Amino acid sequence: MSSEHSAAPAAPEVHVVPIRVLVGVWLALIVLTVLTVAASWVDFGHLVGEPWLNLVGALTIAVVKGSLVALYFMHLRYENPFHGFILVTALAFVGLLIGIAMIDVQATRPDLIPNYAPALETPASPTDLPPAP
Amino acid sequence: MNHGAGAAPELHHEERPELQPHFETPEQQFESGKFGMWVFLATEILLFGGLFCAYAVYRALHPEVFVYASLFLDRVLGGINTLVLICSSLTMALGVRAAQLGQRRLLIAMLSVTLLGGAGFLGIKYVEYEHKWKAGLLWGTQYRSQADGHALEHGEPGTHGTDAASHDGSAPPEPPAPAADPRAALPPAAAAALPPSVPIPEGRTFGDGENASLLPPAAIGPTGMRAPEPPPAAGEQLERRIRHEPRNVHLFFGIYFVMTGLHALHVIVGMALIGYVLFRSLRGDFGPRYFTPVDIVGLYWHLVDLIWIFLFPLLYLIE
Amino acid sequence: MTTVDASLPQPVQRPASDSENYLTHAHGFLSWAFTLDHKRIGVMYLASTLAAFLLGGMLAMLIRTELLTPGQTVMDADTYNNVFTLHGAVLIFLFLIPVIPAALGNFVLPMMLGAKDVAFPRMNLLSYWIYATGAIMLLGVLLTGGLDTGWTFYTPYSTTTNTSVGLAMLAVFVLGFGNIFTGVNFITTIHKLRAPGQTWSKLPLFIWAQYATSVIQILATPVLGITVLLIFVERTMGIGIFDPNLGGDPVLFQHFFWFYSHPAVYIMVLPAMGVISELIATFSRKPIFGYKAIAGSSLAIAIIGFFVWGHHMFTSGQSTLAGTIFSFLTYAVAIPSAIKVFNWVATMYKGSIRLDAPMIYALSFLWLFGIGGLTGLFLGNLGVDLHLHDTYFVVAHFHYVMVGGTLAAFLGGLHFWWPKMFGRMYNEKLARVAALMVFVGFNLTFFVQFIAGTKGMPRRYFNYLPEFTIYHQISSIGAFLTGLAFFVILYYLVVSLIKGRPAPANPWGAASLDWQTTSPPHPHNFTSDPVLIGPYEYSALMWNEEIGGYVLRPEVAARAGHGQEAQA
Repeated sequence: MSSEHSAAPAAPEVHVVPIRVLVGVWLALIVLTVLTVAASWVDFGHLVGEPWLNLVGALTIAVVKGSLVALYFMHLRYENPFHGFILVTALAFVGLLIGIAMIDVQATRPDLIPNYAPALETPASPTDLPPAP
Repeated sequence: MNHGAGAAPELHHEERPELQPHFETPEQQFESGKFGMWVFLATEILLFGGLFCAYAVYRALHPEVFVYASLFLDRVLGGINTLVLICSSLTMALGVRAAQLGQRRLLIAMLSVTLLGGAGFLGIKYVEYEHKWKAGLLWGTQYRSQADGHALEHGEPGTHGTDAASHDGSAPPEPPAPAADPRAALPPAAAAALPPSVPIPEGRTFGDGENASLLPPAAIGPTGMRAPEPPPAAGEQLERRIRHEPRNVHLFFGIYFVMTGLHALHVIVGMALIGYVLFRSLRGDFGPRYFTPVDIVGLYWHLVDLIWIFLFPLLYLIE
Repeated sequence: MTTVDASLPQPVQRPASDSENYLTHAHGFLSWAFTLDHKRIGVMYLASTLAAFLLGGMLAMLIRTELLTPGQTVMDADTYNNVFTLHGAVLIFLFLIPVIPAALGNFVLPMMLGAKDVAFPRMNLLSYWIYATGAIMLLGVLLTGGLDTGWTFYTPYSTTTNTSVGLAMLAVFVLGFGNIFTGVNFITTIHKLRAPGQTWSKLPLFIWAQYATSVIQILATPVLGITVLLIFVERTMGIGIFDPNLGGDPVLFQHFFWFYSHPAVYIMVLPAMGVISELIATFSRKPIFGYKAIAGSSLAIAIIGFFVWGHHMFTSGQSTLAGTIFSFLTYAVAIPSAIKVFNWVATMYKGSIRLDAPMIYALSFLWLFGIGGLTGLFLGNLGVDLHLHDTYFVVAHFHYVMVGGTLAAFLGGLHFWWPKMFGRMYNEKLARVAALMVFVGFNLTFFVQFIAGTKGMPRRYFNYLPEFTIYHQISSIGAFLTGLAFFVILYYLVVSLIKGRPAPANPWGAASLDWQTTSPPHPHNFTSDPVLIGPYEYSALMWNEEIGGYVLRPEVAARAGHGQEAQA
């Protein structure tokens, strides 16, 4: 809370990010984007038998990309750490909303309710499909 | 940030026309502006957070809907759009840098390129929206069942890895038309019990005659009991997946359009802000001593980029 | 009484001429409509929220009149639905949420910090006009078909009823923007615009409460925004996210809505607690007990308040697991509230208490908020709530918290800062009588509703069984008494503006910086740098008979030093 009072110099200099860093971050973002699109065609998850890995992988890349944008393009790395704290707080409260809503939803999944028609339309993998009509 | 009383504030006010009277020093004004913007960005994150929550809930409840709907999303176009936004984010960051260093021409050039990037993003978005509109891949009540494979005939799905725009030249697809009434397949009593607002996708009834029902059978036999089939060819496999439509696919498209629509709205607002800053930089308002608006608009633009970075894998890269 | 040594620096007691205060330095409608002065914006907010309060109060009187007898008394059932919905929506969105932060807070917050204005004055003005636009839109609902969903707008009824829900949703969205702007402004101001030496630990507790409130406004209001936007597109385009006919989940709406609306209860009550901290310390003439505990509990309430929204959904088919978690967390949020109450009581212990009107409101706050908070524990209990849910017990509970809590604190704060705002003293005797009337009338109205609720009287009903008649009639009599009290208050406040005794700079002997400037304040708040004393450092003040108010002790002013050159 009081971090901005303790260490910061009296008149903080504006940090000019070197072009090399900006372009480097940009290149990394491009590579990661291409990587995540390319990876989406290879069904890693089903190869190892854990379908959720695809989502985790894609989101991990998104988090890395997002962090790069926030740290370098948005100057979080160089500036008042409280700005980063605001960002993290906002994300934490989004997590709270999603988290508790999901606890509730998971516990009341309609397909767990006896005699409720389960969602069976799409089998887990294309090869399990029933023959086309 | 507090600045000592010895900072001779009056001097600053005389020298600096852009310094507002209730601030003591330019640093205080600059830092307040950035701080306020970050707090505002937090509200933007929470605004989208609600939609991400809706996404998570429906994806958990109806994974089959999301997998099915992903057949109709063009990940190449989405990826290109991601690259466009990333590039515009770079030019924005370079623009802020130019403003910090007082390179006015570079600043103007960078802001213009960023503006172009935003326009390009919206253009590609328009192409995607138009295809979805024509194929009836829409929200709630506007959704048109894909089980007849009509989208397939128009080369709509993006899973081939081909550009969804490749169907130009062929006859334009039909606008969304009401599907034949599936109520006809139901016993009159069951059909009458349903309010007319309930959409029943074609081919979504089970059994026939008096036994017809909207509910699927309680279970299908364990797949292990079935003789293994050779995997079908890729094109045939795709067609079969499209014809095998789950219920409530429109839920995905509802979320898709709300999320991308709200994001597009933010792109438009961001472009308006960049236009304003561009106008002021043409007027020569900014220099190494005063560039707060450029910095703040930059933060907004990067946040728009940031949100898209998460929207893209969640909406386009489902498998 | 000591006489003041005129050679020592003293804060100016009256402006040299009337043109030097913020009310009179500029004239005409435009000078108000385009003002960037936080004090004028605060006054505009005050006038607008009071107008909304008048409307909402009138609707309350209509409700109580209708419920005097079973069956139809003065209106039919559909009209009744409209009246109670608008009563709730108007009073919550137009009065309770903005009234303390935007009206009182806008006025005093920068002065308490020793700042010239809030960080973003233009955004502050914009927030007022956004509020005004939203208010007009919400009133437009009255003319375009009414609103009969209850203020909670539950789906699927709100997406299917043919009343004017769409416009109401846009109004709430717009009002939310106004709240967000106020929140951004206050957080930035508190962080960046404190006077030199005004450290976090020297901030008045009202500021801490405002800070915690702003945090909630920032984090919760956007979720309400997206929720009402989704209802809007649901109604206009049939998007289906909350529509069970289209596979949507109406319970998800309740999650979204209460993610905002439970913290919104704290948006209403936290600033009220801040006002109470100021009042109790000032009128007990004793430094506040447990400063850090009260400041910290404000933030704790703001944070924990986000974890309890599910206690509104115990009967909405919520899972037992989530219900249990929420029930436990609901108990947890009572802890910081109780910490505050204990600290206030400890502050009064052995203080020299003066029972002026603001203090009477503060004491009634303790009583009413105590009842409201404790009955909240009944409702937070998973089993008891199943019995009490949607009965008059709930109605009584939240009126005790919102009206007994927020309204009492607002009235206390209004009387407290009235001399500072308008430079006039009101009729103290009438004010005390009115404060007691509000207290008695309020308890008469709502205490019986606890009993009616436990006996099974459901809320929002137009009709009731004959055995509930006596409760409703007592309740209505109490409501009319409370209503009468508000007209008494209106009367003497208006009279005070015309012929009230001119107010000294510090009539109550409060120590926060806002009392060091003139009443009414200079357009730039302070003509010289305020002397930095602790917010509860009453020993630095002394009574001055000549002025009829409190002034700084000469040695304190001399110690502070920087007043000297300015005065020389």
